[in-house]
Amino acid sequence: MIEIRWHGRGGQGSFTASRILGAAASVYGGINAMAFPSFGPERRGAPVLGFTKLSESKITDRSEILAPDYVIVLDESLWHEGVKVGLKEDTVIIINTGDPGPYQEEVSQRVVGADVTPVALEIIGLPIANIGMMGAFAALDETVSLDHIKKAIEDGMKSGMAVKNIRVIEKVYASVKEALK
Amino acid sequence: MSGIRKFICGDDAVAEGVRLSRPHVISAYPITPQTIVVERLSEYVEEGSLKARYMHVESEHSAMSCAIGVSSVGARAFTATSSQGLLYMAETLPYASGARLPIVMMNANRSIATPWNIYGDQMDAMFLLNSGWIQYYVEDAQEALDMMIQGYRLAEDPEVMTPVMINVDGFVLTHTYELVEIPDQAGVDAFLPPLKMPLNSMSLEAPKSLSISAGNDTNMEFNMKQHLDMLAAGTRIQAVDKAYGQAFGRYYHGALEKIRTEDAEVILITAGTVTGTARVVVDRLRGEGKKVGLVKLRVLRPFPVEELTEALKGAEAVGVLDKNISFGYEGTIFTNVNSALMARAMTPKTMNFIGGIGGRDITKENLIEAYDKLFGAAAGQPLERVQYMNVRCDY
Repeated sequence: MIEIRWHGRGGQGSFTASRILGAAASVYGGINAMAFPSFGPERRGAPVLGFTKLSESKITDRSEILAPDYVIVLDESLWHEGVKVGLKEDTVIIINTGDPGPYQEEVSQRVVGADVTPVALEIIGLPIANIGMMGAFAALDETVSLDHIKKAIEDGMKSGMAVKNIRVIEKVYASVKEALK
Repeated sequence: MSGIRKFICGDDAVAEGVRLSRPHVISAYPITPQTIVVERLSEYVEEGSLKARYMHVESEHSAMSCAIGVSSVGARAFTATSSQGLLYMAETLPYASGARLPIVMMNANRSIATPWNIYGDQMDAMFLLNSGWIQYYVEDAQEALDMMIQGYRLAEDPEVMTPVMINVDGFVLTHTYELVEIPDQAGVDAFLPPLKMPLNSMSLEAPKSLSISAGNDTNMEFNMKQHLDMLAAGTRIQAVDKAYGQAFGRYYHGALEKIRTEDAEVILITAGTVTGTARVVVDRLRGEGKKVGLVKLRVLRPFPVEELTEALKGAEAVGVLDKNISFGYEGTIFTNVNSALMARAMTPKTMNFIGGIGGRDITKENLIEAYDKLFGAAAGQPLERVQYMNVRCDY
């Protein structure tokens, strides 16, 4: 079981990303997935969480994710908003930044930077990093393939946005892969 | 027979199941966490994928009153609600069940004010246990979809003719996305033929007056017959589920599912989504050689006394997880389970675990602790009979 916790602000699409990743894994990837938001009232701009569980076997456990394998942070300003809660030794933190250095200094876990906002601004014209961050995840972990994520984006978004987001995710995927070499 | 698969939330799955059941009229008043159900259904009606009248009424009381009118003329009615909405609707529920109208309703289980809270527990439905409605509790989105279709087949069975409430845990199920298989329409049409109402339906062609009064010379017999038919509906619950399994490949074991109970020394009873977490815990504890079992209670009315006591045979201690409190006594399901055990002269140690109130998480560790306490009770340790899970205050 791989458990992912998404940190975003209301309106940034962290839950949309957690859901599209779940769809990519299950509808196209043939494994099992579950995705859910932090439950409750939705407020624009407030820190919100999204969760994705991925597993080869059927997922029946609906309890909260307490010890995530991946923590994906859509917005650097959320670093102090519970990002460090429940980290395991081998938890990987993926953060939307051009410089992960200062964050890496604060935690012993591996921190991977993905500079998604400039890519989103260039291609979509808006600082929406949610889908792009999935590209960084796919570059780090092979559980869900980039092709399956692209299919789920085509399914789950309006066609204009889907085309642009697919360009974003391809670019982020390539740049993170390159950085990992 | 298999359909397409979608990654959708519990509310979406309910709406898919309702669309496939082809109701004639949907009367709706939105309330969190049910809202997505009635939003989806309004979209289906708008786009024409569901040929139904959509009535956006001004309250839950009106939503059920409307469903009663619809069902009274022999049409298929659907509505959905939650929490305070269900309680506001409460007065109308026995009107529907006493008139033997086969309405199906989804209830998104949510806590009751005060303190006000939109998260999930099962206090709301427990209030209506005596309303004369058949009550199901489901575990996941697939079961939610499947039970909408099964619900109509059961409610409309000429031997049953009783409304059905499908309970879906708020947020942990209504707002959680998972892979769901959508049955094909032809298969559902074959399983659920058009509703044929008995002769006493209202009709414009043959107008009549239906007296709904019954004085003290007949009233008790009406209530008794309703009660006896509800008791008899237990066998139909199993039959409908089996038929569904044959048609669609998914069978839910009737009123309850036994999970590794055959040689279990201690058994926990759950209703709704927490069953899924308990399955993981049972497998883990079994892996450690501990003889634990689980009973997933799917139906609370009619209460499955025979199936339940058969499942609990041989257990030294039985725990009941209640996501509700009957203030001044204990968890409601616990009371019902003890009564069933007493009726069969069975005397395992019994313990009540009250948890999940107001959306409090129930973790695997909480459930492991519950099993540990059941082993303690079986060994004769003096433990409080009613326990509260994952709380910060003393008791």
